[in-house]
Amino acid sequence: MAGDSRSFPQRVWRTAASIQTGVVLLILVVIFAAIGTVVLQRPVTEPDEMQTAYSPQALRILDKVGLTDVFHSWWFLGLVLLVSVSIVAASIDRFPNSWRYYSRPYKYPDEGFRRASHPQKVLPITDEESGLVAAERGLHSLGYKPERVVHENHFSIFAERSRISELAVYIVHASLLLIFLGTVVDGLWGWRGTLNLNVGQSSNVVELRDGSTRTLPFAIRADAAGQENYKDGTPKKWWSKLAVVGDGRDLLKKEIAVNDPLFYKGIRFYQSSYGPNGNVDKLMIAAAPSNGVGEKREFGMALNDVVSLDADATVRFAEFLPDFAVQDGQVYRKSNQLENPAAHLVVTSKAAGKDFDVWFPEMDGIGDNSKAPYQFQATDLKMGYFTGLQVSHEPGQWGVWGGVVLMVVGLAFVFYVVHVRIWVVPVSDPQTGKHSLWIGGSVNRNRDAFEERFQDLVAAVAEEMKTISKISPSEKIAVVAGD
Amino acid sequence: MARAKAEPQQETTGMTLIVMVGLGISFLLFMAFLNVVKSGNLLNETNLLFAALIFYAGASALYLGFGVTGTESYIKFASLATSVGLLANTAAIAHRWYEAGHPPFSSVYEMLLSFVWTLAVLTLVVEKRYGVKVIGTVTMPVAIVGVVLMQLLRTEVHPLVPALQSTWLHVHVTLAMLAYAACALSFALATMFLIQDKMKSETFLAVTSSTTLAIYASIVLTRFEKWGGLSLVAWNPESKSEVFLSKGVRLFVTIPDLGWLMVLALVVVASPLVLYALSRLKKNDSFLTLANRAVFIGILLQIMAFVMFLMRAHDGRYASLDADGLFPTSLAASPFILSALVGGIFISLLYLLLLWRRPELERMLPSSDNLDRITYKTISLAFPLLTLMIASGAYWANQTWGSYWSWDPKETWAAITWLVYAGYLHMRITRGWRGRRAAYFAILGFAIVMFTFFGVTYLLPGLHSYA
Repeated sequence: MAGDSRSFPQRVWRTAASIQTGVVLLILVVIFAAIGTVVLQRPVTEPDEMQTAYSPQALRILDKVGLTDVFHSWWFLGLVLLVSVSIVAASIDRFPNSWRYYSRPYKYPDEGFRRASHPQKVLPITDEESGLVAAERGLHSLGYKPERVVHENHFSIFAERSRISELAVYIVHASLLLIFLGTVVDGLWGWRGTLNLNVGQSSNVVELRDGSTRTLPFAIRADAAGQENYKDGTPKKWWSKLAVVGDGRDLLKKEIAVNDPLFYKGIRFYQSSYGPNGNVDKLMIAAAPSNGVGEKREFGMALNDVVSLDADATVRFAEFLPDFAVQDGQVYRKSNQLENPAAHLVVTSKAAGKDFDVWFPEMDGIGDNSKAPYQFQATDLKMGYFTGLQVSHEPGQWGVWGGVVLMVVGLAFVFYVVHVRIWVVPVSDPQTGKHSLWIGGSVNRNRDAFEERFQDLVAAVAEEMKTISKISPSEKIAVVAGD
Repeated sequence: MARAKAEPQQETTGMTLIVMVGLGISFLLFMAFLNVVKSGNLLNETNLLFAALIFYAGASALYLGFGVTGTESYIKFASLATSVGLLANTAAIAHRWYEAGHPPFSSVYEMLLSFVWTLAVLTLVVEKRYGVKVIGTVTMPVAIVGVVLMQLLRTEVHPLVPALQSTWLHVHVTLAMLAYAACALSFALATMFLIQDKMKSETFLAVTSSTTLAIYASIVLTRFEKWGGLSLVAWNPESKSEVFLSKGVRLFVTIPDLGWLMVLALVVVASPLVLYALSRLKKNDSFLTLANRAVFIGILLQIMAFVMFLMRAHDGRYASLDADGLFPTSLAASPFILSALVGGIFISLLYLLLLWRRPELERMLPSSDNLDRITYKTISLAFPLLTLMIASGAYWANQTWGSYWSWDPKETWAAITWLVYAGYLHMRITRGWRGRRAAYFAILGFAIVMFTFFGVTYLLPGLHSYA
C-alpha cells in the first residue's frame, strides 16, 4: 500500500481530497435529505399532527436522533460542512496542476508528446518558412491567433483558444462555497418575523419566529391596504401602501404587493396577508330626537368619539363587539371575527342627569334604547383593516445570488467552452533531408467534435500551401516580410 | 437470399402503412371539421389539441412502424406529422396563454401541455441533428399519452392565487419542463445504449416488471380499502377543485370492487418478476419463455384495469368512509394514478417491442459509443437547466415568502436530483466513467426526476401543493 508510507496528516488530506470521499458524503446528504422529506418535520407540522402520526415511543426516538428536524440538526449541518471541506480540499489538491496548465501553457511539444498526440497530421512542405506561413494563414482563417515560438535554430507555432476553460470547474466549486457562505451568514446574523399593521397605524416592533421581538431603527406606517378579487371571489392581489418613518419624517414610500417587497436598509417587508382587524373604523349613525322636536342628523363616529347632539345631550361610541352573544342580561364578545357585530353608544343628558345605554342591534332587556332622548339608527359600518407583513433581514443574500450567477457562468464554461490547443512544428527527416510540417491538436473535452474541426484546419493549411507555392519566390519573400 | 426477397415486400407494406396513416389522419380531420362547422368555432384550444393529437398519433404509428420494421421512408412522414402536430400544439399553448392572460404553467394540465411540446421539439432535434431516428418510437407515444391525458384532465382556466403571479414562476416552470424533458431524453438514450451494449433482454424484463410492480404496489398500498374498494380524491365539479374536509385533509371516496382489479393486476405484473427470479435460481430458461407470456397477459390486464378506472372514475358519485352521503369524483382528481397506469402499460409495451424486434433495433440505432456520447451531451444540457430551475425557484420563493430555501419536499428532491446528476458528471469527468455505469447513473437520475415530479406531489405534502 502506498498509503502506508505517507504520514498521518498526508493520509487525512488525501482522504479529504479524494473524489470517493466527496461522493460518499454526497450520498449521505442525499439519504438524510430524503429522510427529512418522508418523516414529518417539527418546524412545518402542528404538534398534534405529529402525535397522531407517530406513537409516543417512536416520536421520542425520532426526536432524540433529530429526524424530526433534519434540516436544522447539528449533524446535517456538519455533513454539509464536511461536503464543503471535501470540495475545498479536492479543489486545492487539483488546483496547482490546473494552474500550471493555465499559467504556463505548453507551447512546444517534444518528440514524445508528438508521437502520442491525437489528432495529428504531417504535411510535406518545400521549405520551413513557407510551411509556417501557410499554417499561420490557415489558423488565422479559422479565427485563431497563432504565435511563433522561437527556438535556437528554428520556429514553431502555437495557437490556443479559451484557456479559461481549464479553470471553469473551480469557478463552479467556488460558487457553491459562496452560496454556502451566504446561507451561513444568513443563519447566524439573519432573522425573520412578522409585523401586522392596522391601516393608518405605524410600528417599529417586529415579532420574531421564536416569540421574541426586535425593534427596528425606523418605523413602518401602512397608509392604505386592500385586496382585489377575481370575478369568482378568489383573491387576486393584496397590496399595501407603506411608508418608512424615521426622524419624524417619511424616508421612503412604496406600494408593495405579493411578489414585490419593500427593501430598506437591509430589511425586507413582504406582503403576506390582509383582512379586517375586528375593530371598527367608522360607525355611521342617524339620530332623531325622541320627542319629535328638532332635526334628524347623520354623522360618523370612531370608537370613543364624543358628539354633542344638542345643548343638553352628548353621545359617546363606547364599545364595539365584532361577534357578540347575550347571556344573563350581559353582552359578551364571542370572537374577533366579524360575524355578528354589536355597537354600544352611551347618551348623556344633563337634564335627565343620567346616562342611557343604546345598543345596535336592539336587544330585549338590555339597554335603554327606547328611553334615550334620541332614537338612533346605524346606517353603515366601516371596518378597520390590517395588513400582514413578513419581515426579514438576510445579510448573506449577496453570497447566495452572487454564487448562483457565478455557478451558471461556471457551468456554461465547463460544458460549452473548450480549451483548444494547436501546435505546428516543422520537422526534417535526417536521412532524406525532406521537410514536413507536423500539426497536432488537443482539447480538454468534446474530443469527437474537435476531430472534425481539426480536419478542417489541416485542409485550410494545405489550401494555403497550394496558393503560396503558386506564386514566385520573390513574391513569396514579400509575403513573408509583410507578415 | 431470403433477405433480398423480403425487401420489396417490406417496401409495399411500408407504403400501406403510410397510406393507412394518411387516410386515418384525413378521416379524423374530416370528422373533426364536421364537428367544428357545427359549433362554428374553428380555432379553439380543444380543436387545436385534437388536431395535435391526430398528427402525433399518426407520427407515433409511423415511428412505431419504423421501430418495428426499420423502413426508412416512414421517418420522413413521421417527422412531417410531428412538425404539423407541433404547430397545432404551439397554437394551443398560445391560445391558452391569450385566454388566461399568463403563460400556461400553473397547473398539472398546463405543465403537461408544455412538457409535451418540449418533448416534440427535442424529438425533432435529436432526430435531425444527431441522427437517432428511432427516438420518436419512444417519445411520440409518450407525447400522445400526454395529449390524451390533457383532454381527460381538461379544466377551466383557473385564476392564479397571488403568490403565483410572478414572472419568475413562469421562468421557473419553463426551465423545469425543459430540464425534465432533457432528462427524459437522456434516459431514453441511456436505455438505447444498454440495448446496443448487448445487455440481456431478460435484464430489461426484470427492470420493466419491477417498475410496473412498483406502480401497482404503490396504488394498492396507498389506495386499497376494505372489501375491495379503491379510494380516490373527491372532486367538486363546480369549483373544479378537490374536496377538503379541513385544511390540507382531502376527502376520499371509495369506488367499490376496483380495488380487487388493482390487486389482480398487481399479482399478474408481479409474476414475470417471480418467473425471472426462478429462471435465475434454477438456471432454466423455460421460465423466461413463461415470463414473457406473463408480460403479455399483464399488458392485457393493465389495459383492462386502465379502462375500468377510466369508466368508473370519470363520472359517478360514490360513498366515502369519512363523511356521509355520495360525492362525485373525476379523473382530474387523480392525475397521478392515471399517469402511473398509462406509464405501466407503456413500459410493458416497450419491453415487448424490444423482445420481438431486437435485431432490427440494434441495426437502426447509432453505435453504443455514439449513444454514450449523446447521453452525456443531453445531461450536460439538463444539468445547467436544473441549476437554473432551482435558482429561479429560490429567487421566486424569496420574492414571495422572504426565504429562498425552506426544505419543503419538492425543493429537497430537486436538490437531490441535482446532486445525483452532479455525481454523474464527477464520475464521468474525473473518473472517466463511460458505458454501462454512466448509463445506469443516467437512468437513476431520471428515476429521481420522475419521483420529484410525480411522487413528491402525490406522496409528500408541501408548499408546491398547488402545482
